[in-house]
Amino acid sequence: MSTKQILEKFEPRRENLLMILHALQDNHPQHYLTEEALGETAKHLKLTKSSVYGVATYYSMFSLKPRGKFVIRVCVSAVCELMKGQEVIGHLENVLGIKSGETTPCGTFTLEIAECLGQCQEAPSMMINEKVFNHLDEQKIRKVITEYRKW
Amino acid sequence: MKKTTVIVGLGSCGIAAGAGKTFSEFQRIKGADKLDFELKKTSCVGMCFREPLVEIIDDSGTYLYGQVDPAKADEIIEKHIKNFSPIPEYIVHSEKFPSADQSFFEGQVKIALRNCGHMDPENIDEYESRNGYAAIRKIADNYLKPDQVIQMVIDSGLRGRGGGGFSTGMKWKFARNYDAPQKYVICNADEGDPGAFMDRSILEGDPHGVLEGMIICGYAIGASEGYIYCRAEYPLAIKRLNIAIEQARQKGYLGKNLFGIEHFNFDIKIKEGAGAFVCGEETALIASIEGRRGMPRRRPPFPAQSGLWNSPTNINNVETFVNIPWIIFTGPQAYAAMGTEKSKGTKVFALTGKIKHGGLVEVPMGISIKDIIYNLGGGIAGGKKFKAVQLGGPSGGCVPEYLSHTQVDYDSVNATGAIMGSGGMVVMDETTCVVDIARFFLDFTQKESCGKCTFCRIGTKRMLEILTRITEGEGHEGDIELLEELAHNIKDGSLCGLGQTAPNPVLTTIKYFRNEYEAHIRDKKCPALSCKKLLTYTVDQEKCTGCMSCTKGCTVDAIEGGKREPHFILQDICIKCGACYTKCKFGAIQLS
Repeated sequence: MSTKQILEKFEPRRENLLMILHALQDNHPQHYLTEEALGETAKHLKLTKSSVYGVATYYSMFSLKPRGKFVIRVCVSAVCELMKGQEVIGHLENVLGIKSGETTPCGTFTLEIAECLGQCQEAPSMMINEKVFNHLDEQKIRKVITEYRKW
Repeated sequence: MKKTTVIVGLGSCGIAAGAGKTFSEFQRIKGADKLDFELKKTSCVGMCFREPLVEIIDDSGTYLYGQVDPAKADEIIEKHIKNFSPIPEYIVHSEKFPSADQSFFEGQVKIALRNCGHMDPENIDEYESRNGYAAIRKIADNYLKPDQVIQMVIDSGLRGRGGGGFSTGMKWKFARNYDAPQKYVICNADEGDPGAFMDRSILEGDPHGVLEGMIICGYAIGASEGYIYCRAEYPLAIKRLNIAIEQARQKGYLGKNLFGIEHFNFDIKIKEGAGAFVCGEETALIASIEGRRGMPRRRPPFPAQSGLWNSPTNINNVETFVNIPWIIFTGPQAYAAMGTEKSKGTKVFALTGKIKHGGLVEVPMGISIKDIIYNLGGGIAGGKKFKAVQLGGPSGGCVPEYLSHTQVDYDSVNATGAIMGSGGMVVMDETTCVVDIARFFLDFTQKESCGKCTFCRIGTKRMLEILTRITEGEGHEGDIELLEELAHNIKDGSLCGLGQTAPNPVLTTIKYFRNEYEAHIRDKKCPALSCKKLLTYTVDQEKCTGCMSCTKGCTVDAIEGGKREPHFILQDICIKCGACYTKCKFGAIQLS
C-alpha cells in the first residue's frame, strides 16, 4: 500500500498521528518511518514536519532507521534481569552475529532492547514482531531463531 | 448426559507456552475421530506456572489439566474423553483429585478476575451468560440516577487500582460536577510496571467487563465518548478489545440511547501507545491520545476539570473499571464487606521472580504478604531463603522478609516505604542482590524519564551512575548519603509520579539493607554473591576433572591446567565474566 493510501484511511486530525505512524511503519517492508512518509503525514494532518518528527522520535517503538523483517525486542527490565535475562541479549548477539540495536546484513533480523513486555510470570521474555516468547534460555533462543531463519 | 466441554487457555502467556498447538491437536483429533465434545477457547486463569492449561467439564465434574502439550492432549483424549477416566497426575485443580498446586486457588476471591479463564473473551454471549451487561441493565431498569450510581461506587470503598489509591467514586463525582457539553472517560491500559501484568490478563480475558465498567462511568459522569489507551506491547489485548467493541456495537450496547435510557449515548475508541512508560501518567496519557509527545503537565487543573481536549475527563485503570459492573450488580455493601477499614474489596497481585507459583492471584485486602507468597505462591523456588519482595514496581519499594507479616492494604504498605502500586510482587531470594535490583529499577525509570524536569532527567542518571559504581566495586564512603540526598531532591523536584517515586527502590533498600550497601562499598563484597565484578572465581581441585570445557569457554585465557589435570584460575587475568561457572558441569567453579 502506498503512503497516500494509508493516510487516506485516517481522518486528518492530530489525534490520529500515532495510529498513522504505526500503520506506516507496519506497512513498510523494513519496519521504519521514511523521511518521505513523515513529510506526507505532516501535510495530511496540516502539522509542521518538526512536530511529526518530534512525536516519531519520542516513542521508542518508532524507528527512523531501516530494520529487519523480524524485529526482536528483548525485555531488559528488573524481573527479566532477576531471572537471568542479562544472558538473553548475549545469546542473541552470538546467534545473530550482531550487537543490540543493529540489523543483520541480510536484513532479516533487528535486535532491540525493550521495556517490560508484561510477561513477567514467565521471564525472561522477548517478542519477535507480535509474537511472544517466554522462559528463554540459550537452547530455546537457538531453536526459535533457527525456525525464523527458514521463513 | 451432558456434553463434554474442553476449554483451552489462550491468553498471550498460554500461547507463548504452546497452547495454540494444544488447541490444534484437540481440534485435529476431534475431527479425525469424529468425537462429540465441545472445544472452546478462554484466556488465562492466572495459573501461569502451569501453562498451557486445559479444562475439561463433563458429567462427573470439572478438571483442570496443566502443562498440556500435544502429546498429553492425545493421552487426555484417549483416557479422559473416550474412556471417562481422568488422569490424576496431570490434574492441577479439581474437587475430585487433590493436587499439590491447588493451594494456589485457596483463599482467592475473584471479582476483577471473575471471568478470566472462565469464558471465551471473543464471545459476547458468554459474557452475558455470566451476568454480563446486567449491571448497566440494572441501572436502566431501576431508573438509577447518575448520582445514585456514583454513591454506590463511593459506598463500595473502591480505590484506584492503578496505584494512586484515590477513591474511585469521588473521582467520578468531581468529573460529574463540572458542567461541560462534552466529557470523556479514559481507560488507562498503559500498564508498564515491570512485574505487573494483571491489566493485560484482564483485557485478554474479560474485555467486555472493562467496556461495561466504562459505559457505567460514562452514564454516571455524563460522558458520551470513551477511550482505551492500550500499550502497543499488548497486541492480543488490542485485538480482543476491538472484537468486543464491535460486538457491543452490533448488540446496541455502544451507540445511541443505550439500554433504553433516553439521551444516553456512549461509544469507545482504542488508542495505541508506542512504547513510552510515562504515558501511564494521566496528563501524559492525555497528551498521547491527542497525538502529541506524551509528557506530563502540571496539575491542577486535574483532568476531572480539564482533561482530554480541555474537557472534563475521568481516567481509571483497567482493574478499577472491571470491578465496577460487579459492584453495581451485586451491591456496594458486598464489596465493602471485604478488606480492611480503609482498603475495601479485593486486589489482584502478580507474583513473579523467585517464587514457585508465578501468576495472578486475587485476594481480599488485608491478608499478609507472607500468606500470599507462601500459601498461594507456594513459597520460594528452588528451596532458597526468602529475602525481600518489591511491591509496586519501579515506583514502589522493597519490603524485607522480617516485615512480611505486613498486611496488604494501601496504608500498611505505604508505612513500609513501598506502595501498593498496580500490585506487582517481585520476590527475591537470598541469591538476589538488593543493590543490583534497585539499580535495575532505577535504570528503567532513568531510561523512561521524559526529560522535562531537570531533577528527574539528570538526578536519576547520577543516581544510576553511583549505583553502577557501587555494584562494580568502585563505591566510596559518602555514596549512600549522596544517594539519599539526590533521592530526596528528585522526589521534591519532579512534576509527575514517575520522578516523585523513582528513587523509592533505592531509598527502601538503603533503609532495610544498608549493611549490604556498606559491604559493597567498604569491603568490595556482594553478600548475595550476585554482583559479578565483586566475585572471585576459583577451581575446587577435588571436583575438577580436567575436562577443559572451562578453558575453552574462557575468552581471556585466564584458566590454566592440562587435560585430566585440575585447573586453576589466574586472578589477575580473570575478567569475572562467569563463563567458566556456566560451562562447568561438575560444579567445580566456586564463587566467593
